[in-house]
Amino acid sequence: MWSDTIAAIATGLSDAGIGIVRISGDNAFDVADRIFQSAGKRKRVEEYGSHTIHYGYVVDDGEIIDEVMLSLMKKPKSYTREDTVEISCHGGLFLLKRVLESVLKNGARLAEPGEFTKRAFLNGRIDLTKAEAVMDLIHSQNEFARKNSLQQLRGSVFKEIRELRKEILYELAFIESALDDPEHIDTEGYPERLSNVLKLLLERIKKLLDSADDGRMRKEGIRTVIVGKPNAGKSSLLNLLAGEEIAIVTEIAGTTRDTLQESVRLKDLSLNLIDTAGIRSTEDVIEKIGVERAKKYASEADLIVYVADASVPLDENDSQIMESIREKKVIVLLNKTDLPAVVTKESFLDFYREKSSLWKEEENTFRRPSSLKIEDSFIPCVINTSTREGTGMEEFENAVEKLFFDGVIRQEDEVVITSLRQKEEIREAYESLQLVQESLQAGMPEDFFSIDLMNAYAALGHVIGEEVGEDLVNEIFSKFCLGK
Amino acid sequence: MSQIREKVDVCVIGAGHAGCEAALACARMGLETVIFTVSVDSIALMPCNPNVGGSSKGHLVREVDALGGEMGKNIDKTFIQSKMLNISKGPAVHSLRAQADKAEYSRSMRKVLENQEHLSIKQSEICEILTENIQKNILEDDAKNIQKETPENMTEYRQNEMLENASENRHKNISEYNRKRVLGVKTFTGTVYEAKAVILCTGTYLRARCLCGESITYTGPNGLQAANYLTDSLKSLGIEMRRFKTGTPARMDKRSLDFSKMEEQFGDKKIVPFSFSTDPESVQIEQDSCWLTYTNAKTHEIIRANLDRSPIYAGIIEGTGPRYCPSIEDKVVKFADKERHQVFIEPEGRHTNEMYVGGMSSSMPEDVQLAMYRTVPGLENCRIVRNAYAIEYDCIDARQLNPTLEFKEIEGFYSAGQSNGSSGYEEAAAQGLLAGINAALKCKGREQIIIDRSEGYLGVLVDDLVTKDNTEPYRMMTSRAEYRLLLRQDNADIRLRKKGYEVGLITREQMDHLERKMELIQKEIKRLRETSIGASPSNQAFLERMGSSSLKTAVTLAELMCRPELSYKVLAEIDPERTNLPTDVLEQVEIEIKYHGYIERQQRQVDQYRKMEKKKIPEDIDYDDVLSLRLEARQKLKLFRPVSVGQASRISGVTPADVSVLLVYLEHRGK
Repeated sequence: MWSDTIAAIATGLSDAGIGIVRISGDNAFDVADRIFQSAGKRKRVEEYGSHTIHYGYVVDDGEIIDEVMLSLMKKPKSYTREDTVEISCHGGLFLLKRVLESVLKNGARLAEPGEFTKRAFLNGRIDLTKAEAVMDLIHSQNEFARKNSLQQLRGSVFKEIRELRKEILYELAFIESALDDPEHIDTEGYPERLSNVLKLLLERIKKLLDSADDGRMRKEGIRTVIVGKPNAGKSSLLNLLAGEEIAIVTEIAGTTRDTLQESVRLKDLSLNLIDTAGIRSTEDVIEKIGVERAKKYASEADLIVYVADASVPLDENDSQIMESIREKKVIVLLNKTDLPAVVTKESFLDFYREKSSLWKEEENTFRRPSSLKIEDSFIPCVINTSTREGTGMEEFENAVEKLFFDGVIRQEDEVVITSLRQKEEIREAYESLQLVQESLQAGMPEDFFSIDLMNAYAALGHVIGEEVGEDLVNEIFSKFCLGK
Repeated sequence: MSQIREKVDVCVIGAGHAGCEAALACARMGLETVIFTVSVDSIALMPCNPNVGGSSKGHLVREVDALGGEMGKNIDKTFIQSKMLNISKGPAVHSLRAQADKAEYSRSMRKVLENQEHLSIKQSEICEILTENIQKNILEDDAKNIQKETPENMTEYRQNEMLENASENRHKNISEYNRKRVLGVKTFTGTVYEAKAVILCTGTYLRARCLCGESITYTGPNGLQAANYLTDSLKSLGIEMRRFKTGTPARMDKRSLDFSKMEEQFGDKKIVPFSFSTDPESVQIEQDSCWLTYTNAKTHEIIRANLDRSPIYAGIIEGTGPRYCPSIEDKVVKFADKERHQVFIEPEGRHTNEMYVGGMSSSMPEDVQLAMYRTVPGLENCRIVRNAYAIEYDCIDARQLNPTLEFKEIEGFYSAGQSNGSSGYEEAAAQGLLAGINAALKCKGREQIIIDRSEGYLGVLVDDLVTKDNTEPYRMMTSRAEYRLLLRQDNADIRLRKKGYEVGLITREQMDHLERKMELIQKEIKRLRETSIGASPSNQAFLERMGSSSLKTAVTLAELMCRPELSYKVLAEIDPERTNLPTDVLEQVEIEIKYHGYIERQQRQVDQYRKMEKKKIPEDIDYDDVLSLRLEARQKLKLFRPVSVGQASRISGVTPADVSVLLVYLEHRGK
């Protein structure tokens, strides 16, 4: 299991001066050889001495990606006790990822969370006492990666992958049914049909890959909805975070009548920001629709940013907002601290507690007791900000990160890049379907198609966290009539 | 009245396809074996379809033969038509299927059993499995071990203390696992057979009942006596039971059918035998035909109008039926948009007029059956000899077995065949053979064998049965075998014969023959890979004639063979050095070269898989010690106690993260 070659970015995902991509496994030197061009005499990487360092370039498809230092450690004298290569790049997330991608394209696979450490342990490199910590690490990071990837993929990409899988599964089931019951199901003319289906599938997967490249996939980030009373500064916040004027900001309450969307990056996280119309009782028909929509978005959000105007007293509209977001992860921004404050953190929380005890009574009488636990999670983090002066933003970023990275052990030598992993899997699916096409063109019999179709199906499954299991057998029985 | 007590090595309960293979394997491995059946006249009975083999099932028969089983030889002696299925598809899914003369098949197998040394047949119903708890013996073993290991100068007090500690630990384990050991069986008439191993091969006979519409009889298949007592004994041993259902179509009088309205289905011109030991020339016989006809709108109308009288749709049947072998009622309901379904009319044998109506199994009442059958072209005036019926029976949850087919909690007790929740003669035979081999090895104190998923369909079958939660009778399918490119019916001997030889079911002579064959294959492949073909005018002309692109540089013969339009045969013209090789050798050479890329890729997957299979999980593992396992995984692992990390990874509810955790734990423990 642990002889295949793995790779990952070994330094933190920050914009530090130097970043390292680590490769470990039986083929580490071969992989490095394919992408590394020494500045000096041309020599195969494996011919270099152990524990030496070399200057050169990472080249992918003839294009120079970065100027790097390559160091190698021959087994067993490395962290994992396997052949290991470390490529020191010029930092910067973008370059690091490009280097890692070329490594992955050339025969390594992306390391599982905790995998370098796991190998180090299994190969007897790490002390026994660390065993439990390693297990916890694998476990928690896996859980995190799974949850995180699913979170990122909600929406259109998720749906598209499901669709693609469904279609691949149907073709698989058809082929398998025909093989299992050749006298009932005929494959006459099937290669032509499959060829057409494949063309369409490949186009669609290509689109997914492209969108992953220009970052559109990351748009399906954490769904963040900004709520608050009219004129509390929601649109200013959106503009501030996006770094450009997206929303029209005026002094007039109720300017934003519909919802606005924008994707922004905060540290390692991507937020899909949705600005909403201010929530208040209103007679204006258009604004009313906006308010309803805001409530709906709020109910579907992963994160609520509740912008409250600290310069005016809290009122009925605020309690209405609190009511509609009380089952959510919430960060409260007490905005307009540049003006004289009427509401402080303390008075806000008092107001909230009052509401919360009210709700509790309500729940005891009218609601199921299971929803009582809401109260525990609803301890909002309150931050003083001024969107006009741009203060409090750093605190806000930290709060977001804490909410979504909480409880995750971050190890120095590994970082989870969910989206890159997903991209790898999608590419694998793409390549598998290309192999099916090759088999088709070579005039291979139908049973050969299913090998690579199954690979594509499994790879796409990994992207959305679904295993293969009994899918195929179930599909065969539900779609095709077999049997004596 | 005095009780008879017999002493044997192995008892096999049931003489169907699993029982026959199990009993023969044990007897041939030199163990005194007795096989029990409720009716000696029903040995190796085929109560449903009159075929052996078919897609993926043909593979199983080949594997049984490679390991030294009897099914392949027996069908070679008694078939009346033979076909290689999927011949237009890849070599991995070619599959042999033969029509059997049912009566001959049964008679011939009975003769083999009757003439087998060390084997006796006994007509008797087994009512009880006899066992003992193994706690006491373990404590004695501990005492012995401690005495052995203790230095002479150690005080008696210290020895006692160690003994107490050991017994305390054992108690903890035993109370958790409660292991037993089999002692023998007891018949309905009270006779006790003491045995070292017992193999359960009860097929569909346990508390069986047959349903034909409103009429219910409490019998096994074909009106044979059901086994009504054994289930209680199994339950009292803590074995979890299930209730499954299957069915069979009607048999008709050949004289009442009009074959002119059906399409005739012939056998292959050149017949390939099932057994690697059968001389291909000896099976080139005169064959019988099968016939194809179809249901129609009228048929479906009658079925729909009478659904309320079907025991399944009326809710009388409690057992779970197989989806792959639906009754005609099921087909009409579930595939409502299909205008017609195929019906195969197949002879049941040469000395009978009975014809099997494949594709129309049913549990409808007799009058509905007759009406619906008579709507089918050619069956308008049909006379039914035996009605179609559904059968319900008890079987075990096979997750209580090790991949050796021995019960995890009852030493020496094995289970094989339909009683494990599988279906089909071939699936039964394959399990029977494996259980027989392992029971015999156990009696001899030798290490038992496991066939894994990369070694054979038999491995896939057993692994699926003992690992997955099967909620319907399990049928072998090629799609279940993930490494099927390597698990071909043509190379079953290369894959498994050596194992058969090691356990003692394959002779040295047979093994020599195989080794010679393998040597010839390797030599020829090597020659083809090394023989270079230059771009000479004569070679170019040849390629042009074959519709193949011309050469720019020299290539090897093997490279040319990879082109779809070229084969070993046509290359003869530009390959003057070749020698005359047997067809079975050439078949392997051609496949190995032509599909090299695919085979290599699959081989890599197998290598990965084997690494996980090799990581054994010790029997005494305490999953509560494994921190970080998720609750669901912990519960499943505790319940099913997989033998390897590989098997653990296939249990539903065990995630890759849990597997990693387990690996790390095992490594920790190993040090």
